[in-house]
Amino acid sequence: MWDYTDKVKDHFLNPQNVGEIENPDGVGQVGSLACGDALKLMFKVDAEGRIADVKFKTFGCASAIASASALTEIIKGMKIEEAAKVTNKDIAEFLGGLPDQKMHCSVMGREALEAAIDNYKTGTTQTHELKGKVVCKCFGITEEEIKRIVRENNLTDVDEVMNYCKAGGGCRACRPEIAEIIEGITGSKADAGEKPYEKPQKLTNIQKIQLIQKCIDEQIRPALRADGGDLELIDVIGDEVIVAFRGMCAGCPSSKITMKDVVEARLHEFVSDDLTVVQEK
Amino acid sequence: MNTYYFDNNATTRVCDEVFEEIKPYFCQMYGNPSSMHQFGGEVGHKIRESRQRVASILGCKQAEVIFTSCGTESDNMAIRGIAEANPSKMKIVTSRVEHPAVLATCRSFTEHGYDVVEVGVDEKGRLDLDELEDAVDENTAIVTIMHANNETGTIFPVDKAAQIAHAKGAVFHTDAVQSVGKIPVNMAESEIDMLSISGHKLHAPKGVGALFVRKGTRFKPYMTGGHQENGRRAGTENAAGIIGLGKACEVAQRDMELENTQVKSLRDKLETAVMKECGQCRINGDPENRLPNTTNISFELIEGESILLMLDQFGICASSGSACTSGSLEPSHVLRAMGVPFTAAHGSVRFSLSKYTTEQEVDFVIEKLPPIIKRLRELSPFT
Repeated sequence: MWDYTDKVKDHFLNPQNVGEIENPDGVGQVGSLACGDALKLMFKVDAEGRIADVKFKTFGCASAIASASALTEIIKGMKIEEAAKVTNKDIAEFLGGLPDQKMHCSVMGREALEAAIDNYKTGTTQTHELKGKVVCKCFGITEEEIKRIVRENNLTDVDEVMNYCKAGGGCRACRPEIAEIIEGITGSKADAGEKPYEKPQKLTNIQKIQLIQKCIDEQIRPALRADGGDLELIDVIGDEVIVAFRGMCAGCPSSKITMKDVVEARLHEFVSDDLTVVQEK
Repeated sequence: MNTYYFDNNATTRVCDEVFEEIKPYFCQMYGNPSSMHQFGGEVGHKIRESRQRVASILGCKQAEVIFTSCGTESDNMAIRGIAEANPSKMKIVTSRVEHPAVLATCRSFTEHGYDVVEVGVDEKGRLDLDELEDAVDENTAIVTIMHANNETGTIFPVDKAAQIAHAKGAVFHTDAVQSVGKIPVNMAESEIDMLSISGHKLHAPKGVGALFVRKGTRFKPYMTGGHQENGRRAGTENAAGIIGLGKACEVAQRDMELENTQVKSLRDKLETAVMKECGQCRINGDPENRLPNTTNISFELIEGESILLMLDQFGICASSGSACTSGSLEPSHVLRAMGVPFTAAHGSVRFSLSKYTTEQEVDFVIEKLPPIIKRLRELSPFT
């Protein structure tokens, strides 16, 4: 069992400011079901520019709920300029600390707050767009986000980065790159920890086709089947992988996104960066 | 606060009969079973009796039972012992849903140049026998497939898997830690070469296990030193633990029918009521071929750790395959291998019962769980 402080337990069991606000002035939503946690934060601002009312809804573990509740208590009554300075550290400190592996919950709070303030200022609903180079493809974490988390929290190793933003916690292939980012900021060598999955260096055509089929069977197909779809490998011509969607995926308007963001991304990760995926004509 | 224990696949309480049996072996009959004197010899005699009791529940010969410290050691002993005894064969075949005691051990062999193949399962967690057949070849040293999955309770066709292994000359091992004591096993009628069991999963103490090794199976001892266990596992015996395991096997064999009547009936009552009251749920595992004590339920749109901690407020103990309870960032490898969508995998909770589970305890969960699910769904931005 996690070693939660009494305050974390209290905010988890008795979360403050749960719900939604009608016609909010600022709304921010971060995270997703796939990632395992998500937070929707909204607030109303009074005539003096103070956060008069704030509510949240969250999907996640005890520390995600407690962090969201704590955040609302921290920013209630603050001027927007003050709220913009609230960090994930403030959230964790308010709760008397969080287990290392749960620090990403406090980061999610800070991100939702930033998104809500941005929405308040720009008047548009912000979606979480990836800006810059994506380092962790499993969780969609960019180089800029990692740099910021390392700087703000004085992090020195890859496991700490994983605890704060999940980067490096999926397939682990990006851990050496995260170590390099840390080294660039701290000037000290960072241990990448567990050896990442290594793609084969050289493949015969038969080996390549076998590996592509294995990757589809093990890494891609289970997720598609879970949503009522499927994928069939039709042919491999050089580095061009020809596939056909089946079931629900066949008529899905998002199939092009699935092909690039799921099928091609996984084949790049596990087989070769040179592969291009196209649909059967 | 009372404790309502629904986590029997994690560990079980030591049963009263077992506890009574082992008590004298701490402070009164503490002799070393390998000693020449009568004081130690009495302990040695009791260990022989335990070996017979374990052999009885497994349907094997006494000489085919090696006592170990736990299920993990039994699994390691089987896999490493067979690989070392067959150095010319460089392939190991297992499944993607094994317990880490097997999966991590098999994967460690890739560092030594082995080809480790993990066979998949379908959406109900059922082993793909065709894939297994394709995976096993003449270069395969060992095929290790669990008997029943610890997370979902799905039972695997290990007798058929053993035949597939033998057709290609491979040794077959099964991790039966979750099944022995709950469903019948009979080594006399099976081709299984090696089978692991763990004491604390069937009401014996923690720190004791056993490995069945069919007579004639070549394997290299994993622990060397003294000549205990016929030279196949060195180290002074955990006498009290072994005696406890023997007694627990005897009691489990006697009471096994309870598992398929009383325990199954309570499990089904819990499952049916929870599914009806909570909505947006799914059962993970094979509904037609599952351990009678296990139900793994995914509650859509909410997260498992939150459910567990709220249950804990009422003294209800269960387990979750969600990422947040484990410190890892991805949900259970078993649920992932089954293709359970992330939306459901994050909210999975396992309830595992035992013969000590009462109807009142089940009713208590049925009363307390639905409001928790409702409350967490009200908190969720996806509802």
